[in-house]
Amino acid sequence: MQHKVIDMQNVVIRFAGDSGDGMQLTGTLFADASALFGNEISTFPDYPSEIRAPQGTVSGVSGFQVHIGSVEVNTPGDFCDVLVAMNPAALKANAKWTKPTATIIIDIDAFDEAGIKRAGYATLDPFAELKIEDRNIIPSPITTLTKESLKESGLDNKAILRSKNMFTLGMCFFLFNRSLDHTYEYLEDKFKKKPQLIDSNKKVLFDGFNYASNIHAIPNTYTVQPAPQEKGVYRNINGNQATAWGLMAAAEKSGIPLFCGSYPITPATGILEELAIHKNLGVKTMQAEDEIAGICTAIGAAYAGNFAVTTTSGPGLSLKSEAMGLAMITELPLVIVDVQRGGPSTGIPTKTEQTDLSQALYGRNGECPIAVMAAHSPSHCFDAAFYAGKYAMEHMMPVILLTEGFLGNGSEPWKIPSMKDYPEIHPPIIDSCEGVYKPYHRDPETFVRKWALPGKTGLEHRVGGLEKNPDGVISSDPINHEKMCAARAEKVACMANHIPRQEVIGADKAEVLVVGWGGTFGHLYSAVQQMRSEGKSVALAHFDYINPLPKNTADVFARYKKIIVCELNSGQFVDYLRAKLPDFKYLQYNKVQGQPFIVKEIVDAVNNIL
Amino acid sequence: MAYTAQDFKSNQEVRWCPGCGDHAVLASIHRALPEVCEALGYTKERIVFVSGIGCSSRLPYYMNTFGFHGIHGRATAISTGMKVANPKLSIWQATGDGDALAIGGNHFIHAIRRNIDINIILFNNQIYGLTKGQYSPTSKLGTITKTSPYGTVENPFNPGALALGAGATFFARSLDSELKLSQDILVAAAKHDGTSVVEMLVNCVIFNDGAHATISDREYRADRTIILRHGEPMVFGKNNDKGLIFRNRKLEVVTIGQNGISVGDLLVHDANCKDVGIQNLLVNMKYPDFPVALGVIRNVNESTYDDNVRDQLKEVEAKSKIKCMDDLLHSGATWVVK
Repeated sequence: MQHKVIDMQNVVIRFAGDSGDGMQLTGTLFADASALFGNEISTFPDYPSEIRAPQGTVSGVSGFQVHIGSVEVNTPGDFCDVLVAMNPAALKANAKWTKPTATIIIDIDAFDEAGIKRAGYATLDPFAELKIEDRNIIPSPITTLTKESLKESGLDNKAILRSKNMFTLGMCFFLFNRSLDHTYEYLEDKFKKKPQLIDSNKKVLFDGFNYASNIHAIPNTYTVQPAPQEKGVYRNINGNQATAWGLMAAAEKSGIPLFCGSYPITPATGILEELAIHKNLGVKTMQAEDEIAGICTAIGAAYAGNFAVTTTSGPGLSLKSEAMGLAMITELPLVIVDVQRGGPSTGIPTKTEQTDLSQALYGRNGECPIAVMAAHSPSHCFDAAFYAGKYAMEHMMPVILLTEGFLGNGSEPWKIPSMKDYPEIHPPIIDSCEGVYKPYHRDPETFVRKWALPGKTGLEHRVGGLEKNPDGVISSDPINHEKMCAARAEKVACMANHIPRQEVIGADKAEVLVVGWGGTFGHLYSAVQQMRSEGKSVALAHFDYINPLPKNTADVFARYKKIIVCELNSGQFVDYLRAKLPDFKYLQYNKVQGQPFIVKEIVDAVNNIL
Repeated sequence: MAYTAQDFKSNQEVRWCPGCGDHAVLASIHRALPEVCEALGYTKERIVFVSGIGCSSRLPYYMNTFGFHGIHGRATAISTGMKVANPKLSIWQATGDGDALAIGGNHFIHAIRRNIDINIILFNNQIYGLTKGQYSPTSKLGTITKTSPYGTVENPFNPGALALGAGATFFARSLDSELKLSQDILVAAAKHDGTSVVEMLVNCVIFNDGAHATISDREYRADRTIILRHGEPMVFGKNNDKGLIFRNRKLEVVTIGQNGISVGDLLVHDANCKDVGIQNLLVNMKYPDFPVALGVIRNVNESTYDDNVRDQLKEVEAKSKIKCMDDLLHSGATWVVK
């Protein structure tokens, strides 16, 4: 059989197995090797919340999708070109995500009668049952060959079986003509202290590569050329890491030390973990006893003069509600990061949604508006976190930054920015005052109060959750209360004078304006670009700033005949827009499945209204 | 510059009920702080008073210092964040039995576990005063209140036992009316490096009048309480003729001069003893079987959370080659597109 190397613009590969099979690592290593090769990449981990769900069952399937391209890549891809399924359950859970032309690599050793039954098939022929017989299925005895490869390694059976993922990775590297060098380096670093595991993993990886090359069952291999990218130094980054770094960057630019008080919660924990590494840059992290202590330690730190942040997900944001009100009424800088997940309640912790927007906007007692921002891609989390910090500190108020599980765990190559290109941050710290310090005297234009830090002579004052008059004295005077509520709201509204104008991708005037916010950007952008290339009159306005909205929002909306708001909830942003800008008619497209959009459904939804 | 009590009084009108025990505690705080500043070399602006919700939590407004009036139960977490953010601050927390032990119980035990250097003044009047008379986690079993019209059916916490159980390095107890003792205890609490818990037994004239009367009444106080002083034998009583001994693995009240007992046989208080055994027995003493222990019951040195945070930051910083964000951004796996 003649071996052909086929050049492709982009390829989507999905690795799926038991949650203990190491699929997340396999996918990450494949993505990293591709990014280093110069491809555009986007990744999407799709895993269960159980650490080790029952083996071989559909509920325990862990998946990791990688989209690599020689052209612009904006999403992790809808359907895959290659599926790796380590067992019948992984095949069952993921077959629906394969393209008709897909190649499916399976570990045939796991497809015995017991395995097929455990995965809940009605028959013993999974391929017929799933109607995927026409796919290019490559049954490989991955378990047997891994055992064979390592029989002289001295490792026990459990350790040997754990290396199956490296065999699969080796096969995929062959399939895509990738070098093994990056993974070799990774293994050498990872197992520095266990050299035996370096050798065994390298051997299995290499054997997997050779096996794929020898079997001739893979007639064609593929190359995805490096994408034409802007010159510069690049790195791979996921959203949680970028969020952590953005917060650290804001600390550096303000000269104010960073304090993070947080409680572990999926999928936000990565931010706390990342920050905890960087004590070398003066970052203080505190793993608090609960979510409330997370935000309250942060509020205490803010009062004492640190740049305070707390990171969480939806259920944690609920627990922090009362304390957010405290930060708002005491007018202290605080960034609250919510990495959204499927809700309500515990919901679907490892799946992605945009269902906390209403909670972020309204979820507090009293008149308590808080600035709300959103990140739109894994690497954009850096800028979003930086500016959340800047606005919080310069405007003396809490800022909620919404990201999503999809962004937090997803990764992409990122052109490394230079800190000199970011603006300085100037918090309104006061050093002294004449007479008694009055905490709620404000700048007449921005409504911002001063930040008077304990330890400074002559600035003694009291703040707290009770309503005060501008001098800082407790007051339940009705008119004072109304004025103070208005001043605090006005301060949030004034942020609109400082944020960028809303940009539109596509024509200035068109039939349809697609509106989105947050982590759906990649999918909406891809859908709009595809439709524009087909000559459709479509544009995209994707919002990073939600409260306040950019000042030109109404001007933008007025230029389009139809507006369709697409979001991963049942219509929270569209309801907000209806309340804020009621002069427009809004159509909506919503999905609440714990999964990102797929490009095709957006295209179909927009075509339906064109 | 030497401060006086006057320097710490704010211009705010004190709004506690006339006769409330909190007034006396406030007075002892005003008197203790000049001594604290003198002993530790603090200036007034380093002092911050933090509170939660409840009658006693109004206290920061009555101090001419930095102050933060938080939300119900969360003062301990707020204090903790302040101390980590700026370890130079001298943090004082005013909290009540409901604030610290019910809604804020979790933060209370975890601050103690971490041994963060804050001073927690726990005003224990065994009642919810600000919400007008419901039982608290320290109300005695059977207490009749608005939410327990037939008497409570739950056991109370002993705040001292809870603190010691959570690993407290400093616990002291005083009575509202014992101003000098309270003052001395507050100075000792300030000097202690780590979490200091000071339980103030206070009366609520409106909703729980006579909360501690069985021990605090002038007529019986000397016989029903014992003031523990480190290094001194445990003597109490109107005539200084009673004492505590440790026999058959138990504490026992004895009379000096009877059954051959002399002062030399009495227990000598060791607040600095790391083994919490005897201190635990002392903190749990209840009238009528025993006198209620006042004074500094436990005062030991352990590493503090704030010091450990500071030391770890320094250690990691010294070892790292990454000195700024630009260094970090370019660290690890990167590649160049030409």
